[in-house]
Order: sequence, then structure tokens, then C-alpha cells
Amino acid sequence: MDNVMVSLKNVSFKYHTLEGETEALNDISFDVYEGEFVGVIGPSGCGKSTLLSIISGLLKPSRGSVEVNGKIGYMLQRDHLFEWRTIWQNAILGLEIQKKLTEESRSYVKDLLKKYGLWEFRNYYPNQLSGGMRQRAALIRTLALKPDILLLDEAFSALDYQTKLAISDEVYKILKNEQKTAVIVTHDISEAIAMCNRIVVLSKRPAYVKRIYEIILTSDDYSPIGRRKAPEFREYFNSIWKELDIHV
Amino acid sequence: MYEVASTYVSKEHQEFLKSVKRKNIMVRVTQLAILVIFFGLWEIAARYKIIDPFLVSQPSRMLKTMLTLNQNGTLLMHIWVTLSETVVGFTLGTVAGMFIAILLWWSDFLSQVAEPYLVVLNSLPKIALGPIFIVWMGNGEAPIITMALAISLIVTIISLATGFKEVDEEKIKLLKTFGATKMQILTKCVLPASVPTIMSAIKINIGLSWVGVITGEFLVSKAGLGYLIVYGGQIFKLDMVMTSVLILSILSALMYVFIVYLEKKLIRWR
Ligand SMILES: Nc1ncnc2c1ncn2[C@@H]1O[C@H](COP(=O)(O)OP(=O)(O)OP(=O)(O)O)[C@@H](O)[C@H]1O
Ligand SMILES: [Mg+2]
Repeated sequence: MDNVMVSLKNVSFKYHTLEGETEALNDISFDVYEGEFVGVIGPSGCGKSTLLSIISGLLKPSRGSVEVNGKIGYMLQRDHLFEWRTIWQNAILGLEIQKKLTEESRSYVKDLLKKYGLWEFRNYYPNQLSGGMRQRAALIRTLALKPDILLLDEAFSALDYQTKLAISDEVYKILKNEQKTAVIVTHDISEAIAMCNRIVVLSKRPAYVKRIYEIILTSDDYSPIGRRKAPEFREYFNSIWKELDIHV
Repeated sequence: MYEVASTYVSKEHQEFLKSVKRKNIMVRVTQLAILVIFFGLWEIAARYKIIDPFLVSQPSRMLKTMLTLNQNGTLLMHIWVTLSETVVGFTLGTVAGMFIAILLWWSDFLSQVAEPYLVVLNSLPKIALGPIFIVWMGNGEAPIITMALAISLIVTIISLATGFKEVDEEKIKLLKTFGATKMQILTKCVLPASVPTIMSAIKINIGLSWVGVITGEFLVSKAGLGYLIVYGGQIFKLDMVMTSVLILSILSALMYVFIVYLEKKLIRWR
């Protein structure tokens, strides 16, 4: 469990536009270990998506260094299924791009679709599916490339509350099942506590690390919904709420 | 979970389907009736000299003209000339427009450089270029096709380039997370996402190509429906003019229907 999968050291990032420069990240350092689920939480617009883009390599840090040991799968803020492709064609999109469409990879996607209840819908188009199913399809599209580390950017925020609980529970099981490491960005404190081993609390923009919480819950049930019932849940919630320091 | 549409159809739904069908039939019948009444009234009014058939022609005379023109085989030739010029002009305009729009999407630098030129060319009335084309290319089909191309090309470039740029930036980001090349972003996302834009550009293009070809034939030609219209007008044979206009409207409608059919085939996911 002690292999470092992602290591951020003094990472800073600035966006440059004609209007000026926007300092998004300011001296961020933390590590993510194998098999761990790390939550990243912070006020709206503080730089969470930017942080994931940096980990994924889409953006290069202005200062500092990023080290990643393993393949990364990135789930963006919305599912972004291509509406002109069927669910099957969407699921194999990443494989197609990386020219990894083989008999083997096809059957792996087939298994995933079967395992997570989308096989009967493989010839449907995305707009014929419910929000939860679309989310699962997007997850399978990411898993198809067998990533070691998953970056989830508020993957559930577009869903209604009940679907969100059910889907986050499901995704949690899927990821644990496939033994993935995950960095989960959210602005939902309960979701972070329910899903993560550690939570990194970021400040307002430019984001720095305010505090890192080690989440230890005494609960027999290890699913996110079960974890929500643990006695320590409230304490963590209140403490993180205070740390976030949101004034309305 | 999502329900797969069942094969069972309730009585209410059957009723609903029936009423929709009935309404569709009524629409068709009315459309046909308007056409029949229009030509019928025209025929009667001309026959009883309420209107002057010398000036407005008459359906029966148009039919006769069609037959006489057809007897010596010239009508089909004229239709073929105009149709082929339009198809060639349209295809060139669409393909070249698409190609240039892709270039402009590919290179932001090029796109910025080209912008003022596109604006000027777009607002220029292309018919003004007609005499130039004729001087350069003679009086064959070339200046006519060029006219059709000139009229449709710039609009195609502008509407497609705008459409390409409006493709969701996040979809492109998704492809980048998979490590996609620019070519892959183009073929897997930008082009398929722009199919609706491309189809509407094509529809506009068809109309513009007809305009270009007929204008071209007005200016210079020895054959074609535009030639028949101008020639008929000059020798005061309104039968010939009206017949050609009628054939023209049928042809352009058929071409449009074909494109709509193609569109339905291409955009199944809607
Ligand atoms: N491409 C860009 N160019 C310039 N500024 C940007 C760009 N993308 C983001 N920003 C700015 O950087 C800051 C951080 O953006 P980011 O999207 O990382 O925040 P976030 O924490 O993910 O926000 P949210 O909670 O709304 O998802 C914001 O102030 C945003 O306006
Ligand atoms: Mg974000």
C-alpha cells in the first residue's frame, strides 16, 4: 500500500490570457498512495479542475514538479458522451484513439458493460439513457484503458441527490473492485468523507493546501452509504466545514 | 432504470396514432388540391381570356411546349446542361468550402489572417464578377460553374468555420486526456459534431448554386434552362419561359428532397 502513485511538489500554476494572468495554484504539495482514495475539496473556482489537469499532464505546472507512477484515467466534470456514437462506440473511444482496439480489449469492455448493466443498451445513443447510466458509460470508457489512477472531477454533480448517492456508491465499489487509486474532486463535504481515505482542503484561489484530513471511520459497512452512518462522520463534517470557511 | 419500448400498444395509443395519420393524410390532400386548383384556375382563366395567355402562358400550352421541345430532344439536353452545371458547382463549392474551413480550424493564425478577406468577399455581390469570368474563361460552361462556385463558396467557408469553432471545448479536452492527435480530434469529434452544421450549409448551397448557374446562363450561354428563359423572353415566347421555370422548380425541389433524405440517414442519433 505504500507505493507513491502521484507526488506533487510545490506546484504552482498561472493562466495567461489577454485580460491578465490568473494565479490558480500556489505551492501545492501532497502525495497519493496506491489503492488510496484522496478527496480534493475547496471553494468554487479555487483551482480544483486545474489541479487535475496538471496531474493528468494536460497542463504543465508553472513551478514545481509532478511525478506520476502509472496510467491515468480522467473523468471530466460532465460525462461528455458523444451523442452521435452508440454506448458501445463511446465506451471504446479511448481505445480507438490510442489504437488499442484488439480482440482482448474489446472483450474487456464487453465484460465491463455486462458487469455494470449496460450491455443491453450498447446500441442505444446517449440521449436515450438516464443520467446515472450515462455516468456509468463514461466510467467504463475511462476504465477501458485500464488506468491505475483515476481522476474524478465532480463526476456526480450533475445528478439528482438520490441518483448521486447510488452512483457514487456504485462507482466506489467499481473502483475498489478494480483496485484503482483515485483522486476525487468535489465540493460536497459528505461525499468526500464517505468516499475518501484522506481529504485535501484547498483555500480560495490561488489555492494552497489548508489542511489534510486523515479519515478514519469506525463502521462495519465500508460502502460510502454505510460510512455516512459512522459516529465520527459529523465531527469530520463540522471540522471541514469550518476549515472551508465559507461565508454567505 | 430505462424501459425498453414494449411491443404492446394500448387502445389509447392506437387512437392517437390513427389521428396523427389522419392529419398527415389531410395535409397531403390539401397540398395536392392547392396545386390542382392553381393550375386549373390558370388554365380556365387563360382559356376564357380572363388573363392573356400570350403574357402569362397556360398549363396546356406549357405541356405542348414541353412536348415539342422534347421531340427534337433538345429539352433533355437543356435540362442536362443546367443540372450538371449545378451539381458540379455545388459539389465544388461544398468540397472546397469544407476543405478551406478545415484549414482555418487547423490554423488559428490562418483564420485570423483570412478574416477580413472573408468579410469583404462575403458582402461583395458575386454577380458583379460575371463579366470578368466571361472574359477570362470564354462563353462555355466554365464561367457558369465558376459563378455558382463564387456564390456558394464564401458562405460555406464562413458557416462551417464558425460551426467547427463552436464544438464543445470540453469534448476536445476529453479526447486530449486520451492523448488524441489534432487529426484525431478533427475526425473523431469536430467533423461528426458538425454534421448538422454541414447539412444546413449544404442545403443553403444547393439553393445558391441554382442561383449562380441561372445567373451565369443569363449572362452567357448557348444551352440550359437559364438560356431557354432568356431566349424565350427575347422572342416573347412566354410559354417557353414558364415551362423552363416550372421544370427548374421541380428539379431544385427534387435535389432538396434528396439532401433531406441523406440528412436523415446521417443523423440517426437525433
Ligand atoms: N483556460 C483558462 N484560462 C484562464 N483562466 C482560467 C482557465 N481555466 C480556468 N481559469 C481560471 O482559473 C481558476 C480556477 O479554475 P478551475 O476550473 O480550476 O476551478 P475549480 O475549482 O475547478 O472550479 P469549479 O468548482 O467551478 O469547478 C478560475 O478562477 C478560472 O476562472
Ligand atoms: Mg472544476
